[in-house]
Amino acid sequence: MYPEYMQESIRNVEKTRPARLKLAKSGKQLFPRMSAQERDVVLNKFHPDYKPEARREIRIGPNKGERITTKVAELLETFSRINPADFDLDHPDYETDVLVIGAGSAGFSASILAAENGANVILVTKLRIGDSNSMMAQGGIQAAVRPDDSPVLHYLDVIGGGHFDNKPELAKALVCDAPDAIKWLQDLGVMFDRNPDGTMKTKSGGGTCRPRMHSARDYTGAAICRTLRDEVQNRPDKIKILEHQPAVELIKDSNGRVAGAVLYHLENKEYFTIKAKATILSTGGFGRLHIQGFETTNHYGATADGLVMGYRAGANLLYMDSVQYHPTGAVYPLQIVGFLCTEKLRGMGAQPVNKNGELFVYPLEPRDIEASAFIRECTERGNGIKTPAGNLGIWLDTPLIEQINGAGAIKQNLPAMLRQFGRFDVDITKEPMLVYPTLHYQNGGLEINDHCETKLPGLYVAGEASGGVHGRNRLMGNSQLDLIVFGRRAGRYAAEYAKGAKLGKLNLDHVYEYEKEVEKLGIDRKKISPMVLPDYIPEAVKKRQYTTHYEGTLR
Amino acid sequence: MAKDQEMVKVYILGEGFDVPASSTIITAMEYAGFQLTTGVGCREGFCGACATLYREKGDYKLQAGLACQTVVSDGMYIAQIPFVPAEKPIYDITKLTPDINSFKTLYPTVFRCVSCNTCTKACPQDIEVMDYVQALIKGDIAKAADLSFDCIRCGLCALRCPAEIVQYNAGILARRLTGRYLLKKSPDLELRVKEIAEGKYDKDIEKLMKTNKEKIKKLYYEREVKLG
Ligand SMILES: Cc1cc2nc3c(=O)[nH]c(=O)nc-3n(C[C@H](O)[C@H](O)[C@H](O)COP(=O)(O)OP(=O)(O)OC[C@H]3O[C@@H](n4cnc5c(N)ncnc54)[C@H](O)[C@@H]3O)c2cc1C
Ligand code: SF4
Ligand code: SF4
Repeated sequence: MYPEYMQESIRNVEKTRPARLKLAKSGKQLFPRMSAQERDVVLNKFHPDYKPEARREIRIGPNKGERITTKVAELLETFSRINPADFDLDHPDYETDVLVIGAGSAGFSASILAAENGANVILVTKLRIGDSNSMMAQGGIQAAVRPDDSPVLHYLDVIGGGHFDNKPELAKALVCDAPDAIKWLQDLGVMFDRNPDGTMKTKSGGGTCRPRMHSARDYTGAAICRTLRDEVQNRPDKIKILEHQPAVELIKDSNGRVAGAVLYHLENKEYFTIKAKATILSTGGFGRLHIQGFETTNHYGATADGLVMGYRAGANLLYMDSVQYHPTGAVYPLQIVGFLCTEKLRGMGAQPVNKNGELFVYPLEPRDIEASAFIRECTERGNGIKTPAGNLGIWLDTPLIEQINGAGAIKQNLPAMLRQFGRFDVDITKEPMLVYPTLHYQNGGLEINDHCETKLPGLYVAGEASGGVHGRNRLMGNSQLDLIVFGRRAGRYAAEYAKGAKLGKLNLDHVYEYEKEVEKLGIDRKKISPMVLPDYIPEAVKKRQYTTHYEGTLR
Repeated sequence: MAKDQEMVKVYILGEGFDVPASSTIITAMEYAGFQLTTGVGCREGFCGACATLYREKGDYKLQAGLACQTVVSDGMYIAQIPFVPAEKPIYDITKLTPDINSFKTLYPTVFRCVSCNTCTKACPQDIEVMDYVQALIKGDIAKAADLSFDCIRCGLCALRCPAEIVQYNAGILARRLTGRYLLKKSPDLELRVKEIAEGKYDKDIEKLMKTNKEKIKKLYYEREVKLG
């Protein structure tokens, strides 16, 4: 239930709905798509990345001198959690062929493929196994499978969406491996939505030229992630799982190879060391950094730990100047502010409209364009709706979904959304959602090639932690795809590499060297990373928690 | 948050704390000064990490819910359950049959269901848990897969089941068997995978990879868009 004062605006939405429904049913374009010039204008003026304070120069490390997202620069210019002198690296606690850090779908795919290629694997994770952004994806996963589609068209969409900055070899791998990735998942038992003839149900997504989004209701990420988790758990002879033990630093050897990691046990606070011939980072994204104060769709552990560890060890970042804000984050009710309202809603016909019930943007522009248009509507044009907490939003007219696709369409195809809002007394089959852009995805990351290798031998990256696949803007459904495609590649190539790798003496010298640079900047010793978990305890309470001795990270 | 917000008292580990009335159990605990390291995951109701038992003021009933999706009430007692040490049998999905036999060998406990419906009442996803267990007993794997689809593995059903059934693990097996064996295979998918393996698109993509930015921009903005 929306408060009384919003009802007038809701009536406007209801008033214009029949005409908008007619337009949708006519098959005509709902609103003109923006030209290249119009896109530039709206991005420059309204996208949060284009604000002057959004980026600053990073002063140390492999990308020294480059302008990157300010929050990330701050996170990287910090000290380590550990004192390397405390560790006896000649006697590691565990040894393995391949170490996988992070248990989302990228880490799972990597673990399975590494095991299938003969490697012994240790999979470590910060939260419970599978608690990750991967589990939360609702909308879908892209693959050019329909007869009227092709990997060539998919390629064009990927790099157009990415502002033509994607690494071509990575974009090629993404689109060419896509159908096989879907088949792999299907054969492992993911229940993708089908048409009666067995073909996959596919929908359009922002920036796609063909309906290419495969889904499993609106639990697509969960359907994939829990299947992969089950498969990982079925291989205890090859894959050892360590939960609640985030990695906090990479270990290297005397030849500069990455050779494992230091873990921190969240409950008993002990540190452990793993020696590994190859290491795969699949630690996911950075939503919990709350860049520019934005709410986020991301899980509790999305704190960019992998970026910190990899960067400190000497791997370089790519496109860390670009942040993805998802156009449709919830802004009402209060308890779900920032939560994702899947793009599938728009894919199925929900239209974004302003307080007067008017369309103001083509509903499926690439995400950065769509989000910027929402911000323009709420700010410059003054057509947003204010919530009791003071946030602005625009309406996403969801009842249209039922009118376009038939009664019951939401319950059948969007049960998670129906449930999410229903829990807080908003019935999205009858009332619109109130939405505003929310911090969603890390477009850039540690640079990889199409073997998922970084420039450090022995270090592989897959999934959201990597950079280059999506250029400066990812399209919906291409991340879930990325996890599978590059997760599998990382697992395979790391296992192959591990077969021939001989490690020298282990050390943490890079930590000393990096800290020397940090020290030169005059940074406070209390500032350490990786963050591991965000801190939401009120300042007043924290003042009484006297054991606090770190800033900006788990204490 | 506004200064004059309404506050309620909740009891965590028996100790009372004043927290904003609009809090969920998770944000209430954080407001009270708890740095959560377990019993918390996606914070949006998708991962099932935050299973919680609670009791409301004046009530004797223990209720179950997700801490990130449950709004606190005045006088609420809260205890989190960060982990369920439930059994998970090991299997090779390629060697199973999509029928009752798989459950007879891997999940024999399923057949002990006494139809008490406690699991359904405990489920924060409002899943008809008992009905999917019953479907398994009848060998209707596809129905169990369908009914259990929205399960997030919070473990609350298993915790409360008097027959010691691990419903959610049986559910994932039902869904995997359905996805792998019972759903029709897409002819388009098989064909496309074959075409790619044969290199049908390589030349065109490699050409695009070498095209300069201006030309590829033009191709992109001029491409035909078909919606669906
Ligand atoms: C709400 C939501 C909806 C989305 N919807 C879609 C969609 O419809 N389609 C799409 O394509 N994409 C979608 N995405 C994006 C996509 O799901 C993510 O980008 C993707 O899941 C990232 O996967 P990952 O495996 O790289 O990382 P994650 O799945 O985030 O996994 C990271 C793992 O690493 C662990 N970890 C983190 N730090 C450490 C550490 N220091 N040590 C050990 N472990 C660590 C975490 O605990 C977690 O297990 C969505 C994202 C969100 C948040
Ligand atoms: S079926 Fe069981 S594990 Fe799944 S969501 Fe319901 S209570 Fe939780
Ligand atoms: S709680 Fe257990 S015994 Fe009772 S209905 Fe559910 S599965 Fe059957």
